[in-house]
Amino acid sequence: MSGVWRLFGVWPMPQQITQSTDRYLLSPQSFSFSYSKDSAAQSGCSVLDSAFKRYYSLIFPDAADGARKTEFSINTLVAAGAAALKAQSVWGALRGRVYSLIYSLHCIYYFVNKTEIQDFPRFEFRGLLLDTSRHYLPLNAILKTLDAMAYSKFNVFHWHIVDDPSFPYQSYSYPDLSSKGAFHPMTHIYTQSDVKRVISHARMRGIRVIPEFDTPGHTQSWGKGQPNLLTPCYKGDVPSGTFGPVNPILDSTYQFMSGLFKEMKSVFPDSYVHLGGDEVNFACWKSNPNVRAFMTKMGFGHDYTKLESYYIENIVNISSALNKTPIVWQDVFDYRERIPKDTVLEIWKGVPADYRTELAKITHAGYRVLLSAPWYINHISYGQDWRNSYTVQPQNFSGTDQQKALVIGGEVCMWGEYVDATNLHPRLWPRACAAAERLWSNEEMTSNVDQAFPRLEKFRCSLIRRGIQAEPLFVGYCKDEYRGV
Amino acid sequence: MIKKRRQSRAPNRQLTVLRCCCTVTEMAALRLLNFWAMLVTLSVCNGWLFENFGSYRNREADEVALWPLPQKIQISGAAFQLSSAGFQITHANGSTAGPSCSLLQNAFRRYFDYIFGNARKQGKNQQKVFDSELQELQVLLTAKDPECDGYPNLKTDESYQLEVDQPTSVLKAANVWGALRGLETFSQLVYEDDYGAHKINKTSISDFPRFAHRGILLDTSRHYLPLKAILTNLEAMAMNKFNVFHWHIVDDHSFPFLSRTFPDLSQRKGAFHPYTHVYTPSDVKMVIEFARMRGIRVVAEFDTPGHTQSWGKGQPDLLTPCFSGSSPTGTFGPVNPILNSTYDFMTRFFKEVSTVFPDAYIHLGGDEVDFSCWKSNPDIQKFMDQQGFGQDYKKLESYYIQRLLDIVSATNKGYMVWQEVFDNGVKLKGDTVVEVWMNNNVDGELQKVTGSGFTTILSAPWYLDYISYGQDWQKYYKVEPLSFQGTAEQKKLVIGGEACLWGEYVDGTNLTPRLWPRASAVGERLWSDENVKDINSAYNRLAKHRCRMVQRGIPAEPLYIGFCPHEYGGL
Repeated sequence: MSGVWRLFGVWPMPQQITQSTDRYLLSPQSFSFSYSKDSAAQSGCSVLDSAFKRYYSLIFPDAADGARKTEFSINTLVAAGAAALKAQSVWGALRGRVYSLIYSLHCIYYFVNKTEIQDFPRFEFRGLLLDTSRHYLPLNAILKTLDAMAYSKFNVFHWHIVDDPSFPYQSYSYPDLSSKGAFHPMTHIYTQSDVKRVISHARMRGIRVIPEFDTPGHTQSWGKGQPNLLTPCYKGDVPSGTFGPVNPILDSTYQFMSGLFKEMKSVFPDSYVHLGGDEVNFACWKSNPNVRAFMTKMGFGHDYTKLESYYIENIVNISSALNKTPIVWQDVFDYRERIPKDTVLEIWKGVPADYRTELAKITHAGYRVLLSAPWYINHISYGQDWRNSYTVQPQNFSGTDQQKALVIGGEVCMWGEYVDATNLHPRLWPRACAAAERLWSNEEMTSNVDQAFPRLEKFRCSLIRRGIQAEPLFVGYCKDEYRGV
Repeated sequence: MIKKRRQSRAPNRQLTVLRCCCTVTEMAALRLLNFWAMLVTLSVCNGWLFENFGSYRNREADEVALWPLPQKIQISGAAFQLSSAGFQITHANGSTAGPSCSLLQNAFRRYFDYIFGNARKQGKNQQKVFDSELQELQVLLTAKDPECDGYPNLKTDESYQLEVDQPTSVLKAANVWGALRGLETFSQLVYEDDYGAHKINKTSISDFPRFAHRGILLDTSRHYLPLKAILTNLEAMAMNKFNVFHWHIVDDHSFPFLSRTFPDLSQRKGAFHPYTHVYTPSDVKMVIEFARMRGIRVVAEFDTPGHTQSWGKGQPDLLTPCFSGSSPTGTFGPVNPILNSTYDFMTRFFKEVSTVFPDAYIHLGGDEVDFSCWKSNPDIQKFMDQQGFGQDYKKLESYYIQRLLDIVSATNKGYMVWQEVFDNGVKLKGDTVVEVWMNNNVDGELQKVTGSGFTTILSAPWYLDYISYGQDWQKYYKVEPLSFQGTAEQKKLVIGGEACLWGEYVDGTNLTPRLWPRASAVGERLWSDENVKDINSAYNRLAKHRCRMVQRGIPAEPLYIGFCPHEYGGL
């Protein structure tokens, strides 16, 4: 009995599941989702209305042919007659995926086993990062990724929307940023309506959209449309014509950033914003005589981390004033910048020993933390590397229970150096599913990677059936293979 | 246990974790090494000079990213316009091929579509003719038999000459196979200017392949590849001037080839599924014809005596029963080499195969035979004694292969084998092609094989299923197949190579982006002159070439940061 669900590729593993071998027949003609009489949400709740529709088609992919098959239709659920799904909010309801327990025989018979599930996520923040700067990802590629995220119960889309190579976000306050900073001003941009579409598609799937506007480094593309934003680098006494990080000594910089973040606030509804703050190269600042003069004036000596702190503090204050909670990369903590206590730090560096130390340090200082270091899945290698992602233990570091509670989740990162729409989906899925289960499920129940393997194999086939181009884990086949190119 | 055709590999390298590996300066540096650098390199290498050197427009030249690079090329600064309404590809007067040559008719249409893409307009001759307009590409075939209805083979002449001039350009080749290569090159010469107009520069090209066998291996046993995935990759192969599809069609894991003589092989559990995961005779025909239309040979591999677990499901008594002590374990090993029924089966099976696949060669595999099951089987031990083989199971393997080779020879086919067959001293026909796949001593093996007078192809450095982070295409590009010590005669015996994409981790979901443009690196190595090896020139051309493949509907993955004017949209 206990092994039944393994067959059906439930992923990630629910916290509690009891399943019997009793099975009920579902028919596309008579099965329906409905609001329970006692439900606080009723018809008209857009999120659930559209989720019912979506999941109906996922359960019954041939439903369009239903009319022709009435001769096979059999009345309702054989025994129970109804199934119940209880949740506190619509977001919980979206996670209640009765449908993945459903399997089909001979194409037109669908069954579901008698099952009781009590489920909740282990971590509240289960994110996936896409990088739309190193390569532009067409809107469809993003929407498809959101679909697949929902199937794996991810709930945060971390949109690393701009970076050095390109600035595809079309700002209405500063349109030059994309008209001069995007790969192409018309075809390689995200318009305001594109962004709205992403946010709404995500919302319907219970996914938050957190944009990252990474500064002061990683901003080469910003400079093209915003003169005087970046620091002019010098060679001796003369400007070299190249530019470094954002210029932290000018008032105009902060005026610009205020303007941009004000726009952010109105465009992105999430109360968090990612401010980046990683990998700042000091060479250009050091070369610039005005920056040096500013350093002296501020009493920073030759410690450029203090200048970086100064900049980040200003930016954090700008976003706090807009009631946005900042997320920043760990570098910001490492430089001991004075940042508000509600700031979330994201760990991205190092091997397990390194990130465990960092987890201990950051949580000891009382900050909340996200882990992404072990989940840089843009780094590919031969074989089943999902196993490494799966065996990560986010709370395995020396610290108190209080410290461990400060680990609010983690993120899978798909940086874009070698990734665009041609290879994004097979590179993401099912590799990202490993982290999804780690972030959702009980760690003890899911500690055995070999036991996870057949379940994940099944799950990847169900992803394919739902139109996600998920690559194989190893030799074998899916009943329905991917038929695209 | 299932074995894989695999050399042992070092554990994955620890990656230096950089949040972002991009450096803008690096990109800029790569871009700066523009087409000019390539032209200069080439002119030095091949002793060619360029007409109108001074008037040569850099930016336009940069649009022309030929891949693989032709052997001899002159591009002038003079540019002509082409329009979909005013341009056509025709048979030249005096060509030995005409409108009845359907292979060419199809190719004309295909390349016209590639050139004009979606910009193709309805209606004809509506616009005025410009002075500098190219109106016609005339294709002139000179061989008495241009092979319109033939199949390409190992001796096929793929050379061509292309003179681009206005109002008429001429593509000259002996036969359709050279014409196909020339059409691909012509289509690559066309670029769009800032106003979206199609242009081509006055150009003179004389081209031929460095190696005759330029193959891609796809494995349809470890995962089933839907027909569409195979056809898409034949398209991509033609864009990179590959000419052999090595179809590793069956193996341990599944037997998707639907045999008319022995349908049980695929229908009784040998295939993953008897209907949805098989290649029917008409599927196979379609692949062969689709490949033929693109000048690609289809060499099927039926690997024995190892790698045959799936054969056993539909053919009782074919595989060797393994023993534990004196009782059978219920598991099976390689093909049973001691039974006459085995050879009867092989005779009938290869008779069918030889008629289904028109190519003059069949790949017989012969790699990675595990002797432990043979050793466990008392009947085999008895046979070993009778034959006087002692404990040398290589002799038993040779015995099997020898008989198999005789069977295949009787069908008038030549054969290809993996290197072990040669290494184990099996007597081979003179025209056997030995495929070198083991990466531990490539030079030594090439020396030995060619020293014994056999032709050989190289695949060891080009196992593209081994992925890693970063630009590994450069590693494939830098391989020089003739760097081993040997006489000129020996080097002539290296007739080419193959990029292999084994299927452990590959199916229709990830095949195409994993193969392209990484295999393109191998394509240029096997086609272009050995002096074409400047990695920066290659980067610039290949980045553009991959965008061209994307525009033609092939989801070829990016080399590095950047963009294509037309991104992949087929999600």
